[in-house]
Amino acid sequence: MKRTMLSGNEAIARGAFEAGVKVASAYPGTPSTEILENTTQYPTIDSSWAPNEKVALEVGIGASFGGGRALVAMKHVGVNVAADPLFTLSYTGVKGGLVLVTADDPELHSSQNEQDNRNYAKFAKIPMFEPADSQEALDFTRLALDVSEQFDTPVFLRTTTRISHSKSVVELGDPVTDLPVPSVEKNPAKFVMLPGNARKRHVLVEDRLQRMEVWACQQPFNRIEAGEGKVGVITSGVSYLYAKEILPHADILKLGMVYPLPKQLIRDFANRYDTVYVIEELDPFIEEQVRAMGIAVHGKDMLPICGELTPGRLKKALTGEESKAFFTPKEPLPNRPPNMCPGCPHRSVFLTLNRLKAFVTGDIGCYTLGFMEPLSAMDTCICMGASIGNATGMSKVLDAQEAQRIVAVIGDSTFLHTGINGLMDMVYNKSAATVLILDNRTTAMTGRQENPGSGYTLAGEESYQIDLEALCRSVGVKHLTVVDPYDIAHTRKVIKTEMERPEVSVVIARRACMLVKRDPVKRLAALVVDAEKCTGCKACLALGCPAIEWQPDAGDKGKAVINPLLCCGCGLCPQVCHFDAIGGRHEG
Amino acid sequence: MKDKVTNILISGVGGQGILLASEVLSEVLMLAGYDVKKNEIHGMAQRGGSVVSHIRFGTKVYSSIIPEGEGDLLLGFELLETYRYLPLLRQGAKVVANDLKILPPPVTLGKEKYPENIQEKIKKAFPDTLLVNGIELATRAGNPRTVNVALLGSMVGALPIEAELWRETLRRMVPERFLDMNLMAFDLGRQAASAQS
Ligand SMILES: Cc1ncc(C[n+]2csc(CCOP(=O)(O)OP(=O)(O)O)c2C)c(N)n1
Ligand code: SF4
Ligand code: SF4
Repeated sequence: MKRTMLSGNEAIARGAFEAGVKVASAYPGTPSTEILENTTQYPTIDSSWAPNEKVALEVGIGASFGGGRALVAMKHVGVNVAADPLFTLSYTGVKGGLVLVTADDPELHSSQNEQDNRNYAKFAKIPMFEPADSQEALDFTRLALDVSEQFDTPVFLRTTTRISHSKSVVELGDPVTDLPVPSVEKNPAKFVMLPGNARKRHVLVEDRLQRMEVWACQQPFNRIEAGEGKVGVITSGVSYLYAKEILPHADILKLGMVYPLPKQLIRDFANRYDTVYVIEELDPFIEEQVRAMGIAVHGKDMLPICGELTPGRLKKALTGEESKAFFTPKEPLPNRPPNMCPGCPHRSVFLTLNRLKAFVTGDIGCYTLGFMEPLSAMDTCICMGASIGNATGMSKVLDAQEAQRIVAVIGDSTFLHTGINGLMDMVYNKSAATVLILDNRTTAMTGRQENPGSGYTLAGEESYQIDLEALCRSVGVKHLTVVDPYDIAHTRKVIKTEMERPEVSVVIARRACMLVKRDPVKRLAALVVDAEKCTGCKACLALGCPAIEWQPDAGDKGKAVINPLLCCGCGLCPQVCHFDAIGGRHEG
Repeated sequence: MKDKVTNILISGVGGQGILLASEVLSEVLMLAGYDVKKNEIHGMAQRGGSVVSHIRFGTKVYSSIIPEGEGDLLLGFELLETYRYLPLLRQGAKVVANDLKILPPPVTLGKEKYPENIQEKIKKAFPDTLLVNGIELATRAGNPRTVNVALLGSMVGALPIEAELWRETLRRMVPERFLDMNLMAFDLGRQAASAQS
C-alpha cells in the first residue's frame, strides 16, 4: 500500500478515481476548487468546469442516468445555486452512483456567509457523509458512490475548510474494475418527474431514509471509541478531532454519516451516561435531532454557533480554561488585509469609479477587494451575479440624477455564472444602469481557473471562446465599449460617458490577470520614483498598489518609493503622478 | 520525541512561498515515519494577506490546529508576521525569522504603525531567536524567489531529520529547472544558521 500526504480535496479526487468515477463536474469555489484540479490528473475521469453549480449538477445527473458514476463538487453557497435539480434528484435517485461534495466554510475564511449545509441533507432527504481527515475523505468518497447505487439515492459528502485544506497521511487503494458499462433505458416512472410519477417517488424517498437509518446502526463508519466510561460524546467530522484533543478520556460515538442518524445506536449509547455532549461546529444539527428523540444532551448551551470550533474554543466551552499565550504583543498590530496584486487590471477601474463618485453594486471575485481603502469603490456584495439585478432595482427607486451614479461591476467568470440573466432583465425591463464587466480572462479569485470565456478547458485544451460583446448585444445591449484598464484616461472618459447615458450600457474592461497560468503576463522591470521630483503629494497612494511604499521621514512631507521586488512595471502609477516623478526603470 | 506531538508554525505574507515551504516540511516529516497534519487557509489570504501554516507531527496527531501557547517552533518570513504569531508559542520556543519588513497597506497609508524595534522585542520574548537575511541568501543562490527554501534551510537544525532526506524531498518537489538554485539556497540557509548558533 502506498503511503502519501494528501489534502482532503486531493483525497476526494483519489477516491473518485478508485471508485471508477467517469464524469466530474464543478464550478470553482474555495474550499472545494482543488477537487477538480486533481480529478483532471486521472485520465479515466472526464473532468470539466461548468459555468455554474446548477449546470455542474445537471451534467453529473446526466452521467448518472446514463449509468456512469459521477462526482459533482462545489462550495457551500454553490449548493444554493444547484438546489433546484438537487431536490428533485432526491426523488429520481440515480443509476450510476452520484456523489455531491459540499465544501463548507465555517469562520468564512473566503466566503460571504457560513451556512451549514448539513441542513440540506435533511431538507432534500439525501444521506450525507462527513470525513474527519484525508484518509476518510478518500474512503468515504468510495463509500458514498457504493451507497448511492445500493440505496438508489444521490449522496452528499460534506467537508469543511479544515478538512479540504489540511494534509494528512493517506494509504491509497486499488481502483474498482467491475462496474457495468453505461447505457440508457427508458424508465419514465423514475426519470420523468411529473406529478403522477413524483408522488410515487416521494413515498420511496421516505422509505429509503427509514431503511438507511436502521442500516446505519450497524455500519463501521458510525463507531464507538471507548474511553473511561464517564462521559459520552456524539460528534463527527473535524469536531471529532477536537474532541479527541480536549476530552481524551471520553467515550465517543463518532458519526461518519450525519444524515440520516443511526437513532437506535445513539439511544443505546446515550443511555449509558449521565452527561452526553454533542460536539459539532455551526448549527445544532445533530443536537436538535437527538433532543427530538427525547434525549437530554449538552450542545449549543455551551458551544458557539458562530465561527469555527477550534481546540481552544472547545476547551474553553467545556472546561472554562483558556489556552494561554506565553507572550502577547503590547501594542496594537497593523492589519494586513488581502490586496489586489501589483499590476492587477482591476485597480484603475476602481480608482476611476471612486473619482466619479459612482455607487457600485458589486459582485464576487478578486475585484471585491475594490471595496477596501484607498479604492473604496464597491458598495454592495451579496452573491455571484447579484450586481446587475441589484443595479436594476436600485435605479428603479432612485430619481434620475441619483440613478446615474449606479454602476454594476462584475467579473467575466461571474458574468457567465449568473450575471447574464440579470443583464437580460435590465434590457428587457428597460432599466438604465451601467454594467462594467471586468474581463481579466480568467476566474482569478479561486486560483485562476478557465471558464467559457477564456477559450480553454479545465484540461488546458483550446475550446470555443465566448464572444462577450456579441453575447451582450444579443440580449439587446446597444451601447457597448471595450477599454484597456491600463489606459486610465480613456477608461475614465468612457465610464463617465456611459454613466451619464439614460440607457443600459456595458463597458468591458479587458486586460489579463497578472497571474494567468497559460501565457503569463510579462513582468516588466520595476519603475522607480525620482526623489527629486516627488513632492510628497500622495496621489500615487490612491491606487493602493502594494509595491508603492511611503517613507514618512524623507523630504519635508515624506516621499513615495517603489519596492522593486513587488513592482511589475504595469505603468499605472506614472499616470496618476502629477509631477512626472515616476518613470525610470529599475536596473537588473 | 516520537510520542509527543511537535508543533511548527510558518507565517508570512501571501505570495512569499509559504505553501511550498510547508509542503516540503510535511513531506519530509512523513518520509521520516511520523504521523503529520498540516493546515493553512487558502483563498482570500493569499492576495498579500497575513498567512500562517500549522504543521504538527508525532506518533499520532488528531487536530491540525495549534492552540495558543503550544507552538514549539516558528519560522517567520516577515517580521510583523513573525511578531503577530508569537502568542501561539510556548515559553522557550525557537523562532527563526527572516529579517525583512513588508509594509502592510494601512501602514503605507499612514493609518497604522509598524511596531518599532521589532527584532529586539521578538528576541526578548524568545531568546532562542535566529534572524536570517533570507533575501540575501536567496540572491546568492541565484534568485530572490528561493527565499522560502533558504529559510527552510535555516530552520532544519531544530528538527530530528537527516539533511539528505531534505535534499531528496526537494529533488522530488521542486521543478527541475529551479532545482539547483533551490538546493543551493537550502544549503546557504543551513550554513547561515549553524554559523550563528
Ligand atoms: C455560488 C458561488 N460559487 C462560487 C463562489 C466562489 N467564487 C467567488 S468569486 C469567483 C469567481 C470570480 O471570477 P471573476 O468573476 O472572473 O473575477 P476575478 O476573480 O477573476 O476578478 C468564485 C468562483 C461563490 N462565492 N459563490
Ligand atoms: S490574481 Fe489577478 S485578478 Fe486577482 S488580484 Fe491578482 S492580478 Fe488581480
Ligand atoms: S508600475 Fe506602479 S502601479 Fe504598477 S506595479 Fe509598479 S508600483 Fe505598482
